[in-house]
Amino acid sequence: MTEENQRRVVSVIVVNEASVLSRITDLFSGRGYNITSLTVAPIPESKYSRLTIVTAGSVRVIEQITKQLHKLIPVLRVYEHEDMVEKEMAMIKLPISENLSDINTLCEAYNGKIVNAGENTIIAMVADEPKRIDNFLKAIKRYNPKEIVRSGAVALER
Amino acid sequence: MQISGAQMVIEAFIAEGVDTVFGYPGGAIMNVYDEIYKQDKFEHILNRHEQASVHAAEGYSKASGKVGVAMITSGPGFTNAVTGLADAYMDSIPLVVISGQVPMFLIGTDAFQEIDAVGISRSCTKHNYLVTDVKDLPRILKEAFYIARTGRPGPVHIDIPKDITAQMGEFDYDIELDLETYKPHTKGNPRQIKKAIEAIANAKRPLFYLGGGIINANAAYEVREFVQKTGIPAVETFMARGVLSHDDELLIGMLGMHGSYASNMAMSETDLVIGLGVRFDDRVTGKLSEFAKNADVIHVDIDPASISKLVNADYPIVGDVKNVVADMLEQVGKIDKDKYESWRETIINFNELHPLTFHEDSERLKPQWVVKRVGELLGDDANISTDVGQHQMWAGQFYPFTRPRQFVSSSGLGTMGFGFPAAIGVKAASPEKTSINFTGDGSILMNVQELMTAVEKKIPVINIILNNNFLGMVRQWQTLFYDKRHSETDLSVQPDFVKLAEAFGGIGYRVKTKEEFDAALKDAVEKNVVAFIEVIVHRMENVMPMVPSGGSLFNMMLLEKKGDK
Repeated sequence: MTEENQRRVVSVIVVNEASVLSRITDLFSGRGYNITSLTVAPIPESKYSRLTIVTAGSVRVIEQITKQLHKLIPVLRVYEHEDMVEKEMAMIKLPISENLSDINTLCEAYNGKIVNAGENTIIAMVADEPKRIDNFLKAIKRYNPKEIVRSGAVALER
Repeated sequence: MQISGAQMVIEAFIAEGVDTVFGYPGGAIMNVYDEIYKQDKFEHILNRHEQASVHAAEGYSKASGKVGVAMITSGPGFTNAVTGLADAYMDSIPLVVISGQVPMFLIGTDAFQEIDAVGISRSCTKHNYLVTDVKDLPRILKEAFYIARTGRPGPVHIDIPKDITAQMGEFDYDIELDLETYKPHTKGNPRQIKKAIEAIANAKRPLFYLGGGIINANAAYEVREFVQKTGIPAVETFMARGVLSHDDELLIGMLGMHGSYASNMAMSETDLVIGLGVRFDDRVTGKLSEFAKNADVIHVDIDPASISKLVNADYPIVGDVKNVVADMLEQVGKIDKDKYESWRETIINFNELHPLTFHEDSERLKPQWVVKRVGELLGDDANISTDVGQHQMWAGQFYPFTRPRQFVSSSGLGTMGFGFPAAIGVKAASPEKTSINFTGDGSILMNVQELMTAVEKKIPVINIILNNNFLGMVRQWQTLFYDKRHSETDLSVQPDFVKLAEAFGGIGYRVKTKEEFDAALKDAVEKNVVAFIEVIVHRMENVMPMVPSGGSLFNMMLLEKKGDK
């Protein structure tokens, strides 16, 4: 069995109630698993929320994670994604003195654009696969970004 | 009808058939204690420490098979109880533990005796609740009992702010529970069961590996039938003692770190492990990569997370072991009992080569003798609890258990101080049997205040203190692995245990010989009072055989043969 740490995306459907998020994160910290990113939002017109967790581990570790998650009482379903569409959003604050049309063109290549302009700074956003977001953030470096925020990944099984 | 939150707790207990509650009052839980005062449907036992209340509820639950109930106050009351929750969680004991909390309007203000109780109990309970609306309380109480006893059982903690226990609300306990997210699998997959039976029929050297889950599932008698009908030898974990009777010819013994040579060798030689209600604990398996190396594994467990967690299961079956074994029994005709004759003989030879035994000493009593002797004198008439350490392992090795729920011990967490309060709970659940607690001179002092509980409530627990003036198990490791540097384990400075028992109104005996021991035990059983029997035993006796931590099961340190010192 391979013990290499593979990147994995797990979606968890939970009852939307107090302390449910800490039940999930406590499970990860208590058992020594890592969370790379985590997004949570209510599922419309239901009593459930959906969490998307990006983690890493061997096949056995991931199997344990999904089983342990499922064992939590408010957890309805756990999906360990194999074949999925995955997206992440990032926002970047840049000085207004940079070349705005270059920046806009770069953002467009990553499903984004400039979304706000202020007196001294602009804010650009992109939404793409996490790996492509990594690439975008490398490329944007030359325009002296002041602040970067990433949303964490969300995923849907195909 | 509108009743208060405190009354709801009482009504739920009555509806659940609770007859004994263990607890300790305090500010935040006073409304509920006021209702306890007014009722006569169940008994409340006042322990002298909240940790002991939870251990007593565990003992009660283990002996009776029912959900144990404990009640404590906020802050230190709750934090004292945490060890008990963790203990019950590790050993899958169904409990409902109710704690008081500061009133809602004070939560988060660092109020007197405030602590984030659900934040602390989250990682050591099956589930927990902070009640924020009295309207939710009936449902939460009902869910708590349901969740505690179903699936893989475990402790459920309910934290109730003081103002909630005072508020009035509608109480309807006949509500249907709607737990869409909690549906334990109890029925094993028929196809997997069929495959497992075929694997058993094809195996040459199959071995039952029996665990505590069998006792939780009340499946011991089904398992006994299965073992008899297949003629397959069996090893038990420490948690499973009593699943098979000690005189069952197919029972090889206990396996693991202090398991018998024959049990551990059988596990190393088997070609098919039939694991029932087990979880492949490190104290059982030793070095994982060498554990049952040549065997396929059938693993039956109610908890899917236990399966293939440590040892890969070739035949995983998620389900209640009672149902699964009943299904397997229907196909037992496919298994040829005679096929395993030579395998059984192999095991008999293992046993003859290195039987589980000990050497008597002319000067001091051996602790193993004491355990064996209690077995000879009381046998089936006693329920056995233990604390944690050497005495615990000797109890597991040498007591002749005859039935499930006869043996109560802190197995997973290994909590010193567990035994005495647990034995109180055992006696409350099973008053017709003598309640014995095997303990050590270290462990007994960790909940010695329970003398007062037992004396007050006339719960005649007999504590047999195997006194070697050492923190024996740690001392054993220091002797064997730390070049005899006995760091902080010498307990030569001790209380007078006889006077200690007497100071609380119990009875104390100090014995040094076999005759004295027999007389003391007889006297304590006849007088039917709370007792300490302090037995002065050999100081340097080690628990043998032993698989050193992380070693392979087949690589055991064995008892020296007599004479080869």
